Amino acid sequence: MKLVTHGATMRFGGLVAVSDLKLEIDKDEIVGLIGPNGAGKTTAFNMITGVYEPTEGRVVFEGEDITGKAPHRITKAGIARTFQNIRLFSTMSVVENVMVGSTVQEKPGWFTSVFGLPGARKRAKEAREFAMDLLQETGLAEFADEQATSLPYGKQRRLEIARALASRPSLLLLDEPAAGMNPQESLELMDFIHHIRDRFKLSILLIEHHMQVVMGVCSRMYVLDYGVTIAQGTPDVIRRDPKVIEAYLGVD
Amino acid sequence: MLKIDNLSVHYGGIHALQGISLEVPEGKIVTLIGANGAGKSTTLKSIVGLVKPSAGSITWNGEPLITKGTKNIVESGIVLVPEGRRVFANLTVDENLSLGAYARNDKKAIESDRERVFTLFPRLKDRMKQKAGTLSGGEQQMLAVGRAMMTKPKVLMMDEPSLGLAPLVVKDIFTIIKEINAEGTTILLVEQNAKAALEAAHFGYVLETGRITMSGEGKKLLADDGVRKAYLGEAQ
Amino acid sequence: MKTRNNILTLGALVVFAMLLGLADRTVGNYAMRILNLSAIYIVLALSLNLVNGFTGLFSLGSAGFMAVGAYVSAILTMSPDVKDMNFFLEPLAPWLQGLTLPFGIALIAGGICAALAGLIIGLPVLRLRDDYLGIATLGFSEIIRVVITNLQSWTNGAQGLKSIPKVSTTWVVWGVALLAILFMSRLVHSSYGRQLKAVRDDEIAAEAMGVNVFRVKVVSFTLSAFIAGVGGALLGHMITTIDPKMFSFMLTFNILLIVVLGGSGSITGSVIASIAVTVLMEAMRFLDEPLNFLFLKTDGLPGLRMVVFSVLLMIVVIFRQRGLMGEREFSWEGLARAAGLMPRSKKGGLA
Ligand SMILES: Nc1ncnc2c1ncn2[C@@H]1O[C@H](COP(=O)(O)OP(=O)(O)OP(=O)(O)O)[C@@H](O)[C@H]1O
Ligand SMILES: Nc1ncnc2c1ncn2[C@@H]1O[C@H](COP(=O)(O)OP(=O)(O)O)[C@@H](O)[C@H]1O
Ligand SMILES: [Mg+2]
Ligand SMILES: [Mg+2]
Repeated sequence: MKLVTHGATMRFGGLVAVSDLKLEIDKDEIVGLIGPNGAGKTTAFNMITGVYEPTEGRVVFEGEDITGKAPHRITKAGIARTFQNIRLFSTMSVVENVMVGSTVQEKPGWFTSVFGLPGARKRAKEAREFAMDLLQETGLAEFADEQATSLPYGKQRRLEIARALASRPSLLLLDEPAAGMNPQESLELMDFIHHIRDRFKLSILLIEHHMQVVMGVCSRMYVLDYGVTIAQGTPDVIRRDPKVIEAYLGVD
Repeated sequence: MLKIDNLSVHYGGIHALQGISLEVPEGKIVTLIGANGAGKSTTLKSIVGLVKPSAGSITWNGEPLITKGTKNIVESGIVLVPEGRRVFANLTVDENLSLGAYARNDKKAIESDRERVFTLFPRLKDRMKQKAGTLSGGEQQMLAVGRAMMTKPKVLMMDEPSLGLAPLVVKDIFTIIKEINAEGTTILLVEQNAKAALEAAHFGYVLETGRITMSGEGKKLLADDGVRKAYLGEAQ
Repeated sequence: MKTRNNILTLGALVVFAMLLGLADRTVGNYAMRILNLSAIYIVLALSLNLVNGFTGLFSLGSAGFMAVGAYVSAILTMSPDVKDMNFFLEPLAPWLQGLTLPFGIALIAGGICAALAGLIIGLPVLRLRDDYLGIATLGFSEIIRVVITNLQSWTNGAQGLKSIPKVSTTWVVWGVALLAILFMSRLVHSSYGRQLKAVRDDEIAAEAMGVNVFRVKVVSFTLSAFIAGVGGALLGHMITTIDPKMFSFMLTFNILLIVVLGGSGSITGSVIASIAVTVLMEAMRFLDEPLNFLFLKTDGLPGLRMVVFSVLLMIVVIFRQRGLMGEREFSWEGLARAAGLMPRSKKGGLA
């Protein structure tokens, strides 16, 4: 198993945002995490990536307990994420944003950076090249030198993915990648998700309210409601689950 | 009537809007659809004076808006719900809603509007005292829409109001947009969810890389093959 | 393009050095002193800009780090005789009494001691939220002053130190200023600089990209303390007397003013503002003295100069919210464009 959460629970005061979460994600799998607004999906991401330390339970990544570790350590271990409320570095250009994602590989020190030692120079060059590759991949190459926040919303979302990929993760957490994309772009996104999974050998955990996208791209999914896992299984099972329809999907 | 005539906007060397003209008649719902980067948000931002056009005019009931300043435009009744949930992170849900109504003094009506926001988004009622910054993404979006409803504007402009909302809530949003409109508010709607937007709208414009390429009644555009292919994501 | 710019930069440096040499010979002591003081302010402003402008931390500790640097370097360079003359109340600790080091080494030692102080204070304080950081560094700076006042047998207490070797010559201070500019521009344009800016822009996203935010803050803070220590030492060796009162909050305020005026996050801005403020500050010295100017008569209002400067600061902040330069930097292309020699880029303005 790539990632397992053992009964991860997150309380905020009296509110139980996520309760007894038991996720299992296998290598190369694309798994969905859905549920109504405020169900606890992003909170689950925050527990996995170390932004929050779970009140109870454990998070195990590739056999190693990562519960409560600092986020940058978890990124080093191989988990990268995007943010639902876009968090790009606003004073930097598009390509620089992606290059920050290379920190894990590049390991820049201030001394080696300032004095331009050969090793550091080589790694900086590689980081830039990889960043340009990723921009090519995400169709953002022509915007490389634009200010990141001047991109239209939908492109900022793609930039978030490119930046996350720059840390060369083995598990990618995507929080609503299709938000701000029109239906046509959302369909392209599905292909793109498959493509990066294969190209970078990733497992992917995906939060998404765009049903066509999640159902189309995930082999399995979990459904949260008020922090509780109310269903799990293949898209076909989920689509027909009365509890999921009642709480989340509604009837067409 | 809100009228845009031959409007151009430049960001440095980027010609984001290349002379667009459109009309939002009083009491109607007008929607603006188009791909990412077409210039939809730029159009809305120009109307409230957040972006300075390089040419063209924007008038509301004959009065020019371009030199008026954002504060005055908003006070005269044109309100924008910006894209990507801009709520006051350090204020509570309740305080955010009150801020929406700060320019009003019809206490009774404010209270009933607040109740309506809570009926539409029961979650917000549960979270009245929670800081907006700690709300979930969707809850923040509900709050942004709720806050705009509290301003009781004459013209309500929404930039992707359904962003990040669960499928059930998305349906409600379009119902409420029609309701708000039925009460007399003019609405200019930007949406990625083009199908729902065109169904709700009286009139629609299609924006492509800074130019308006098509316009017509919502239902007509919905039936158009080109539109269906490009914006509704239907198989070719 | 790159080599052409390097040649231009080198040429500009040579011209600048020649002008400096010429000035050194012709303009007289007083004017030269002001010019050299602006070089020291460049060093100090860059130090503060590193933390406040490029890393987005709000530190108010400059004066404290300067004091450490100034005292260390002064004591390490004074001859035994001068030390005897200074420490008449209580003798200097014996091992320091006989120790006299070359200026260069003492200068670096001053920087290192300031950096150590920075590290010691940074480790606990940089975990705090930003507004607390300002208060904590301000407090630290005051504590340093109290410690210096009371460590009689190390620092000569409130009497301060006199007859410090006057070794901050024109070449030394401008040389150090140049090194500081070079260091800063290499740093902020490097991969490490990108980490600093990432921390400034969004700490949560920076962490998620694998940036060790706490470590980056500590490094930035410590480097800044080092530079401030060197600046403080240069100052001591220029005015040749130092005492604890000199390193009060007013000093930090002056530096902060320069950084904000120039544009926090701009090296160019700090350089320009350092020179402009130092020169103006001297030019307006008459304001503190008795005035008799047409209808305006005062009996000397010490501090009027600062009032005028604060007003100036407010005006700049109102009309150019991000300082003179914002976050932009000088570039030859920018200059050419400004002079109308080249077409404007699509972004416009200085690169
Ligand atoms: N720091 C916090 N303090 C208090 N409550 C919080 C905090 N963070 C999240 N919550 C609450 O926990 C619940 C779960 O939030 P979360 O962000 O995980 O929802 P979500 O499933 O991602 O929803 P959405 O689809 O709207 O993004 C929400 O009701 C939210 O208000
Ligand atoms: N602040 C800005 N600076 C520079 N370019 C911008 C800025 N905002 C938007 N743009 C550019 O203007 C065009 C239109 O963007 P936008 O109005 O956000 O599109 P939409 O809302 O239709 O997705 C895009 O090419 C975008 O990159
Ligand atoms: Mg969420
Ligand atoms: Mg937009």
